[in-house]
Amino acid sequence: MNDWVEIGRLDDIPRRGARCVETPLGRVAVFRTASDEVYAIEDRCPHRGGPLSQGIVHGAEVTCPLHNWVFSLETGLAQGADEGVVRTFALKREGERIFMDATTVLAMAAE
Amino acid sequence: MKRKLVVIGAGMASGRMLEHLFEAEEQAFDVTLFGAEPRGNYNRIMLSPVLAGEKTFEEIVTHDAHWYAAHDVTCRFGETVTRIDRQSKVVFSKGGETPYDKLVIATGSAPFIIPVAGRDLPGVMAFRDLDDVNAMVAAAERPGARAVVIGGGLLGLEAAAALRARGMEVVVLHLMGHLMERQLDPAAGYLLQKELEGRGIKIHTKAQTKAILGEDRAEAVLLEDGTVYPADLVVMAVGIRPETRIAVDAGLDVERGIVVNDQMVSSDPDILAIGECVEHERICYGLVAPLYDMARVAARTLRGMPAAFRPVETATQLKVTGVNLYSAGDFADGEDREEIVLRDASAGIYKRLVLKDDRILGAVLYGDTADGAWFFDLLKKGTDVSQMRETLIFGQAYQGGGEADPMAAVAALPDDAEICGCNGVCKGKIVSTIREKGLTALDDVRAHTKASSSCGTCTGLVEQLMKLTLGDAYNPTTVQPMCGCTDLGHDDVRRLIRAKKLKTIPAVMQELEWKTSCGCAKCRPALNYYLVCDWPDEYADDYQSRFINERVHANIQKDGTYSVVPRMWGGVTSARELRAIADVVDKFNIPTVKVTGGQRIDMLGIRKEDLPAVWAELGKAGFVSGHAYAKGLRTVKTCVGSDWCRFGTQDSTGLGIRIEKFMWGSWTPAKVKMAVSGCPRNCAEATCKDVGVICVDSGFEIHFAGAAGLDIKGTEKLGLVTSEDEALEVIVALVQMYREQARYLERIYKWAKRVGYDEIRRQVLADKARRKEYFDRFVFSQKFAQVDPWSERVSGRDKHEFKPMAAIGFPQAAE
Repeated sequence: MNDWVEIGRLDDIPRRGARCVETPLGRVAVFRTASDEVYAIEDRCPHRGGPLSQGIVHGAEVTCPLHNWVFSLETGLAQGADEGVVRTFALKREGERIFMDATTVLAMAAE
Repeated sequence: MKRKLVVIGAGMASGRMLEHLFEAEEQAFDVTLFGAEPRGNYNRIMLSPVLAGEKTFEEIVTHDAHWYAAHDVTCRFGETVTRIDRQSKVVFSKGGETPYDKLVIATGSAPFIIPVAGRDLPGVMAFRDLDDVNAMVAAAERPGARAVVIGGGLLGLEAAAALRARGMEVVVLHLMGHLMERQLDPAAGYLLQKELEGRGIKIHTKAQTKAILGEDRAEAVLLEDGTVYPADLVVMAVGIRPETRIAVDAGLDVERGIVVNDQMVSSDPDILAIGECVEHERICYGLVAPLYDMARVAARTLRGMPAAFRPVETATQLKVTGVNLYSAGDFADGEDREEIVLRDASAGIYKRLVLKDDRILGAVLYGDTADGAWFFDLLKKGTDVSQMRETLIFGQAYQGGGEADPMAAVAALPDDAEICGCNGVCKGKIVSTIREKGLTALDDVRAHTKASSSCGTCTGLVEQLMKLTLGDAYNPTTVQPMCGCTDLGHDDVRRLIRAKKLKTIPAVMQELEWKTSCGCAKCRPALNYYLVCDWPDEYADDYQSRFINERVHANIQKDGTYSVVPRMWGGVTSARELRAIADVVDKFNIPTVKVTGGQRIDMLGIRKEDLPAVWAELGKAGFVSGHAYAKGLRTVKTCVGSDWCRFGTQDSTGLGIRIEKFMWGSWTPAKVKMAVSGCPRNCAEATCKDVGVICVDSGFEIHFAGAAGLDIKGTEKLGLVTSEDEALEVIVALVQMYREQARYLERIYKWAKRVGYDEIRRQVLADKARRKEYFDRFVFSQKFAQVDPWSERVSGRDKHEFKPMAAIGFPQAAE
């Protein structure tokens, strides 16, 4: 069962940019690409903990602002020679409205 | 006693001849060089890129004043030789009589002007020298200006493409049925026409020009079929004829050109002739490779050494950015000939080989010209290609095993394969020179072998040879692509942004054929800077392409918090300011306060959400952003100068503050740190800064290109100026030159080393007009840059940056 919680509207996020959603698990970064796709990943680089929401967004990827690791927003996998992965979170859109599945957040928080 | 050598014509052929002549141990001649143009030898082939704005004239100068001086050449530029007296061995010019022992005529060619009414009207011009280019550039600057180019050959099309790139409406009139009919077959001509039409150039083939219309200047071109094309500019590019008038008057043997033997000697044994003005075995030459051969032969003849000029096959490439076209040999159809054709319409590729008796006779390549050199090599050697006929057209990579590696193709070339057609340099020569001289940079290879130094189309091949020879030791700094998204280097991108007037990041990516849809974290900040720098009033800064520090105007720290450095002009502060900082530190529980190397106070460990409130408090005390996070002007460090110091010679603090107030807010390729010291004891440490000033009794010594970071380097002295006003103007001009020329993230010391300290001194110190232009452009861009980013954000700009979008999963939010 999904528990879709509205987190905001598409316009709240700049194109090729990100906003954060606070959860009991920590921050989740919600990205909007140049072509208006939205993705949510953990806002924490597995390398040195950099806030991925602050990185430069290109295609469906983001470059960490601290040491330039690049992550796929779709899979959460580090790209290129670096090895690592960040959690991804399910989003859905209804028109301009964006929803996040709160069950994953709560379940992970309870782990 | 040296003999007297007089050379008439200071073009590419005579320039090359002099180079060969000066290679000798003993100089046998006193050289006097006459040139009709008021300048020395430059690479005329590259006028098209200059016209297109892709290169500057300075970049195509082959011999500068320094070179002529170093070789004791008496230069008589802008002085036309009017008569040769062969009896008394003297030439006449407006400067009087000049005697010679040996004379070389290298008068080149004159553009052919078709004999129609109106050909003498202002606005009708040829495309031959720098003056023509300057006149065309001026014509193109008028909005909506229209050009008609008569002649759809190599030169005409390069002119048309360049004028179009400068924004003119362009029509090309061509007498024949398809473009470049001497080099291309109809199919390739069609592809070329389609490409040029796609760029907005109108092509009219089978066009017979009847007259050029206009009262006081050219207004339109009328064709025999009645068509009229309005024109502010008419460019005649229908062909050239050898410039032989002076030889005819002197009674030398002249047919179409000045007749010479294999040793380049004319009918007078003391007069040689080389270049486009000569005729050898009934053939006149216009391409550069045979002209350079003539130059080599003439130099040997003058030195009394044996040499003979032999006709050579030549290949042609069109120098229009984005058009790949190669042709060589004879490609007419014939009974006894066969052809192999490959077409790929969607990729815009056309290749045609003409064969006779299993040997290549001609090759036309359009779209993919990578195998041009290989085909040309097979052609020149008359290699039997029957064994590889099936796969020949696919190129060298498909022969014997099907290696797809482009390096393999170059590796497989034989040592005598010609790499640089312009200068006749083969692979073996390049490889051996790289090894013997230990060359590692492209420019050095150009200097030592001449390969890739003329039209530049073989640059890629030369670089592959360098990679092949040097392996990982080759670091192609000059052509390193910006990033994986493009093959273009920073310099090319900057040049093309200006030439094509590209004003948005998507436009750059589209026009320069970026390989990714949206760039990456390397190229986007660079492009954003280039566009901010080049179009300060028109470009809308793309914050999503800026690194986080510049996006939120604070420095991100390892834990994701930020540090804030307010501006303290010249490093001077007050009790009121210090109190305000102390209050902010208390109010926001800022964990660390630190004095920086640039004489500022840094507050570290501020949460992002708190930034606007911190700035608001600081703003109340009069603080603005210190740009400690910016690729821009950081700090101007000062000492107390003549206000307090018993050694101080000038008001160093005042000058530092003045510079900082003038230049703050400007974006630069990398950070810029400055300092002003009040005397040579240099307490502000100005001699390791990007720009520094040392005050002395007689004025202000300006220094630049220092470094005290990853590299340590003392500054270079730019020069001494006498007033504060002049010091400011020179510093601003220097920084603007750097802003316009450097590669993103390249500090001043690296840029300066690359372009040369003397060149910078020349442009911002010696050349006052140039200095003023740089200064004015900086002042203009400051109108848009000097906005305090902190107060903007305090008043609400980008507020999404500083607070979360939502909170979910917490007990109260779950309801």
